[in-house]
Amino acid sequence: MMATQITSLNRRFTNIFLSDYFVLYMSLAYVIVLAPFLPTLLTPQNLSNVLSNTWPLLVVAIGQTFVLAVAGIDLSQGAVIGLTSILCAMLIAVTGNPNVLSNAPIWGLVINEDGGFLNGLPLAVPLAIIVTLFVAAGVGALNGIAVAVMGMPAFMTTLVMMLIVSALAIYLPLSENINQLPDSYVALGKGDIVSVYFGTKSESQISRRVIYSLFTYPMLISMTVAFSAHVLLNRTVFGRQVLAVGANRRASEISGVPVTRIIILVFVISAVCAGLASVLYSGRLEAGRPTLGAGTFLLDVIGAAVIGGTSLFGGKAKIKWTFFGVLFFVLLSNTLNLMNLTAFVVDMVKGGVILSAALLDVLRTKLLRERTT
Amino acid sequence: MTAILKFENLAKSWFGVPAVSEVNLSVEEGTLLGLIGQNGAGKSTLMNMLGGVVQPSSGGMEWRGQPYSPSGPADARKSGIGFIHQELNLFTNLSIAENLFVDGFPRKRGFLDKTTMHDRARGILSRLSLDLDPKVLVGQLSPGERQLVEIGKALHHEASLIIFDEPTTSLTPREVNRLFDTIAALRKDGSTIIYISHILGDVMRLADHVAVMRDGRLVDDGNAADFTISRMIRSMIGRDLSGYYPPRSCTPGERAILELEGVSQPGVIEDVSLTIRQREVLGLFGLMGAGRTELARVIFGLDPHASGAIKIDGQGIAAKAKGRIASGLAFVTENRREEGLMLDASISDNLALVALESFGRGPLGVVEEESLATRAAEVRSELQIKAGNIATQPVKALSGGNQQKVVIGKWKMREPRLFILDEPTRGVDVGAKYEIYTLIDQLAASGGAVLFISSELEEVMGMADRIIVMNRGEVVGEIARPDFEKEKILAMAFKEEPA
Repeated sequence: MMATQITSLNRRFTNIFLSDYFVLYMSLAYVIVLAPFLPTLLTPQNLSNVLSNTWPLLVVAIGQTFVLAVAGIDLSQGAVIGLTSILCAMLIAVTGNPNVLSNAPIWGLVINEDGGFLNGLPLAVPLAIIVTLFVAAGVGALNGIAVAVMGMPAFMTTLVMMLIVSALAIYLPLSENINQLPDSYVALGKGDIVSVYFGTKSESQISRRVIYSLFTYPMLISMTVAFSAHVLLNRTVFGRQVLAVGANRRASEISGVPVTRIIILVFVISAVCAGLASVLYSGRLEAGRPTLGAGTFLLDVIGAAVIGGTSLFGGKAKIKWTFFGVLFFVLLSNTLNLMNLTAFVVDMVKGGVILSAALLDVLRTKLLRERTT
Repeated sequence: MTAILKFENLAKSWFGVPAVSEVNLSVEEGTLLGLIGQNGAGKSTLMNMLGGVVQPSSGGMEWRGQPYSPSGPADARKSGIGFIHQELNLFTNLSIAENLFVDGFPRKRGFLDKTTMHDRARGILSRLSLDLDPKVLVGQLSPGERQLVEIGKALHHEASLIIFDEPTTSLTPREVNRLFDTIAALRKDGSTIIYISHILGDVMRLADHVAVMRDGRLVDDGNAADFTISRMIRSMIGRDLSGYYPPRSCTPGERAILELEGVSQPGVIEDVSLTIRQREVLGLFGLMGAGRTELARVIFGLDPHASGAIKIDGQGIAAKAKGRIASGLAFVTENRREEGLMLDASISDNLALVALESFGRGPLGVVEEESLATRAAEVRSELQIKAGNIATQPVKALSGGNQQKVVIGKWKMREPRLFILDEPTRGVDVGAKYEIYTLIDQLAASGGAVLFISSELEEVMGMADRIIVMNRGEVVGEIARPDFEKEKILAMAFKEEPA
């Protein structure tokens, strides 16, 4: 009697462990355990902060998920964010600061005292975003062609692309930020649609600091991307073929799957996602910055996707998983910050968590195999 | 003369299916035993038991008068048994000397003693009259030289019995002669040799004693002097076949489905012309390396051809595989794990792969899940794939026979006109083989055609309406069903190069 109870309990645990939502449950459990020790964790201000960190990272990680699904990897995403951030900013800046930029190669060509090249045009912001997304798509297509047509390893190709693109991003403005961006662009990065205020009605003036964002433009953009990506990966012929190429490239080729086209397209998707995320990051920063996406940013992206359960060996990926992975990763970074740890300790802990996530993934795969055979 | 090795009632079965049964045989010291038999006759299993790779189910072996039961290849090596596998076990990125000593490098004060290693390697190479620097990387050697290095490994372990498994398949005639010289030298030194080969002429030339296996049994053995090639072939194929194959339920029509006219690709296939008609099962037989798979890949558009024409229904055909799939070709490859299946994916996902695009709707190509699932369920029951829930069960959990049915099924999803089946019964148990034969008949009866490639002559004869024999990239003969005769077909396939 006792034994059967234990096995049924065991079974329930393995069910949770193997479910699509495991990482979400893990995130909730993490919050519940830590909340008593970190009183600021559940304050509206902090939660709003967690969410605003989630959206741009989610967009980048979704792009990465597509590349991981074909057993590739895209190390150039961070560099693409830096480049598109600068490109967009130099096209739409309202004014240019000669003290900062006059030595830059772009000064006088695309940007001067009167702002960027497109400044003043009625649709400057959407136009600039479209232009930069095309540039991103071009970088992605180069990655894809090198990998699919020339047979270069994705790791090497995108590593080199990262080097070239980030150097270009820094060279264009000579490593300076480009400020003075139009309000409509800034709104895309941090504009509120619905905000909340917890306080008495009678206050005659509410200070900005006690108004918390709830629904924001970045949230809208990010969720739209996530939903479309979910449909694309799980519901369309293209998505099935992406997973098939990741599962067995040779079998896919023989079965008539357009393998070359699929691989090029996933790298394009990855780069376009990075370009889109750069709008969210730059808008929030109110500046174009060439080093956005540098440093350990890539660790966050790949770490989040892998924690979610996407396999580095290809053929196994879900947007849902990546969403939960990003959420967990942002929560992790946030709580480590709240603990007042130094940046060094934060990175060490993050690394450890990614490692344990990889281990968990091995365990899950093993359990799943035992269950189905 | 004393027996150095004895097999006593040795048997091995895999999951109840016997691979080797009741083999009694003794090998005398200093002689060369030629071991022959068709693919799957049990030669490799027998040798793997001797080499410690596989443990016998019953019976035993005696080595130099002592009971011998190796628990692994290392045991066999220690006893003095060397095994030269068909696929060589060399590290191409290491030097000859490093390959020879890879399981025990000579050391001095904890560091690699290169001087000793190279000196000893040079000694071994000179025994093989191989004039090479032991520092040369194995990757730079020709196939024949690599094989000699592998023999050198056996010599280094002081093997007194050396097993050669199909040693000549990848060698040029000159390298073959060199190998035979080496074998002669080894015999002069007193080594005992077991030589496995499909090339019966070589066996006649080298062996003192011949043993023939069929269906896991030793069916014939005796002095080589008493054997002729025709006795070897007769013993290898032996039994009557009726009852092993389902009756054919259709006869070929007149209309040609696929036509090849003088198709050539230098170094691969040479001037191949053939026609496959409606409702026909065309058998394609040939030995390893005869160019069967290569021809299949050219027909399917995976590899190019330099000259000649390929037509389907009298029309020219697309250049690439994708276009040819659209005009009704299907290709079940010989290695289903590498080229056929997504092993970790579900049965449904595997079945869906080929037909996926025809189930996409709208500009985005959203998959019509329900009609896809319905079609997959239909195909599953048509092919009688034995599985649980096809939507969740991964393909790798299926038996070999059912995995093969999934590969056939993924093509069946879009009802192709011509099925190319390359070794469809490889790694499939006896019962499932019968089901696959039945499927072959059904594919033809439903109005399509089948190109059935196999290296098991019996099954080709059991199922085909007509057999085409290939040898060294060329079609060397064609026989219609009423004239099927094993000796005749084998003679074509075994045909030696004109001297």
